[in-house]
Amino acid sequence: MALRPAQRKRTDKEDPLAESEVTLEALHPRELRHHFDTPEQQLESSLLGMWIFLLTEVMFFGGMFGGYTVYRNLYPDAFASTSQYMNVTLGGINTAVLICSSLTMAMAVHSAQLGKNRAIILFLLLTLFLGCVFLGIKYVEYHEKWVDHHIPGPHFQYADARYFHQAQILFFLYFAMTGLHALHMIVGAGLIIALIIMAARHRFSAEWYTPVEMIGLYWHFVDIIWIFLFPLLYLIGHTK
Amino acid sequence: MTHTIVPAKVYVGVWAVLIALTFTTVAVSKLELGEYNFIAAMTIAVAKATLVVMFFMHLKQSSSMVRLFVVAGLFWLAIMFVFVLSDYLSRGWQPIGQWW
Repeated sequence: MALRPAQRKRTDKEDPLAESEVTLEALHPRELRHHFDTPEQQLESSLLGMWIFLLTEVMFFGGMFGGYTVYRNLYPDAFASTSQYMNVTLGGINTAVLICSSLTMAMAVHSAQLGKNRAIILFLLLTLFLGCVFLGIKYVEYHEKWVDHHIPGPHFQYADARYFHQAQILFFLYFAMTGLHALHMIVGAGLIIALIIMAARHRFSAEWYTPVEMIGLYWHFVDIIWIFLFPLLYLIGHTK
Repeated sequence: MTHTIVPAKVYVGVWAVLIALTFTTVAVSKLELGEYNFIAAMTIAVAKATLVVMFFMHLKQSSSMVRLFVVAGLFWLAIMFVFVLSDYLSRGWQPIGQWW
């Protein structure tokens, strides 16, 4: 749409409005919405909005962590006794898998900043793969709990009869917290697929890659939740 | 855009530290430290979360506005925990000091 200099000079004299149109085009790149002054301000707004959303998520998960803290305070021995039924190896592997997926996600954002479209797609595919590995391992763990009758409800069984009711509270919290976390992973996987499609359609450039950065923040947040869940659920009373 | 681009080396370095801390937290949990087991596990978790927030989530380069919001959010989380625990811990249902 850019007019050649010679042409622009002529239109300047003939029509002042034409000049303002040219100026607007120069001031407002395709990526910049008109209600923002600068790309910096536009990015800042997106970042702030995303962080506020993530902080509401922190409060959301915080309620569950609060419930966990209260019941662990009430029944410390029962909670410690459950850790022998948690698969620390699988939990530890999953922690490493999530940390690796955070690295690949950070690298996807890094590639977006450099405008390397193929690298974005590659790193997003890796992140998606690692996310699926995490969910697969989670499925194996849930299946173990199912086989061991460690799912709270009428079929719950517990080796130590003293803690029959109290251990059920921990397993309820285990499924609620890891389940909610897994739900966030599934949503994240969907969002990554959307990003891959956008990247394949060349929607991102070094000037505009906001969705990659935003979904990246979300993915890292989900990683942080797991960083706290792993020691709290798997490693309590691990010494016994 | 605005961010100064962090070299990929930094991300790989942070990743290596996070993996090392994961092994550390599993190793420390096998030691008999009494109540310090819980404190050690939470300290490592907070350290890992801080690394993720600062480097992977770019809070280190974020504006003071974004940082203020993050601190405010964590402050509100602290309010929730302090009020919930000041209720439950003061009911005398369980002797304080035993909960880890």
